[in-house]
Amino acid sequence: MSVRTRTLILLTPLVLFLVLAVFLFKGLFSDPTKLDSALIGREVPSFELPDLYQPDVNHDESIVGGRPMLINVWATWCPTCYAEHTFLNQLLAEEDVYIIGLNYKDDSRGAAVRWLQDLGDPYQINLFDFTGLLALDLGVYGAPETFVVDADGIIRYRHVGDLNERVWRTEVGPVYYRAMQESGLDIPEHRLELVQ
Amino acid sequence: MNSRILAKFNHIGFLLVLFTAVVGATAIASNEFYEFETAAQERQFNTLAGELRCPKCQNQTIADSDAPLAQDMRERVYQMIMEGKSNAEIIDFMKVRYGDFVHYRPPVNSSTLVLWLAPLGVILIGALAVWFNVRQQRNASAELTPEEEARMNDIFSNTENPAKPEERDN
Repeated sequence: MSVRTRTLILLTPLVLFLVLAVFLFKGLFSDPTKLDSALIGREVPSFELPDLYQPDVNHDESIVGGRPMLINVWATWCPTCYAEHTFLNQLLAEEDVYIIGLNYKDDSRGAAVRWLQDLGDPYQINLFDFTGLLALDLGVYGAPETFVVDADGIIRYRHVGDLNERVWRTEVGPVYYRAMQESGLDIPEHRLELVQ
Repeated sequence: MNSRILAKFNHIGFLLVLFTAVVGATAIASNEFYEFETAAQERQFNTLAGELRCPKCQNQTIADSDAPLAQDMRERVYQMIMEGKSNAEIIDFMKVRYGDFVHYRPPVNSSTLVLWLAPLGVILIGALAVWFNVRQQRNASAELTPEEEARMNDIFSNTENPAKPEERDN
């Protein structure tokens, strides 16, 4: 056996170790609870759900699209949703962001309505998904989750976890405002940087 | 004395009952609420519930998990089985919503290729190591240096004429 083949063989474990080390090191910084949505680039699935405030009023998929919007999945049993709520109110007050609220498997309709009365209602339309029908079709596996939907009703982005200033500035806001730009809609001046 | 032995047996008996109860309970936990028309449907349900992963409590199947989401998914699987859907249709339904992640058998694609090929690679490395080892040993036994050969001959010639034991004085 020549010296070269010998060195090569002896180096193999080291190379394998280094490859494995890099692979595992990368794994340290990936969040296994963040799943890729299989729905990116697809239309919002069809649904028929009652309004949160008015049980006898039904909404279907026609409320989605027409303009860029967010669909925010929330519930009163979800502590992170409580933390997120102030930011959603702020998005409506300061940036006029259009949000559809999807109340996901809440304890009761009354609890959800009380929550919105106490904390403020940042949603243009409130869907009441008691059995989690639409949520299952959207691939929701917890709350809060937020979907960015463009004017054609296509899902552009899914964020798992709460919305806050950092997430809005770096992840969700740019997607939303790019869709706004494409639809020729106004973007608040202090958010113009997100689409540049 | 006798009563003490009996007490001990009761103790074991109690543990046995407890054990069967616990094992029995977990075995029926996933389909206790579902009624099937045929045994094939029940088998299909158990297979799928054991193959689909709960996205909420990762590393548990939807049969294992008590999460509300897993309950919803079991319910949906049940409904689709009663509608006569095939395993592939039901798995695709879940994959469209939760991605490949939801199925415990990952498909072969660019991101999972390592996963599928790694075992083959490990076997290959092992086989190569064995092959090199064997070859090395064979080479080593075939080629002796002149000194080694001389020593070997010396050893063999000694065994042919072993030193005679010293005679003892009687």
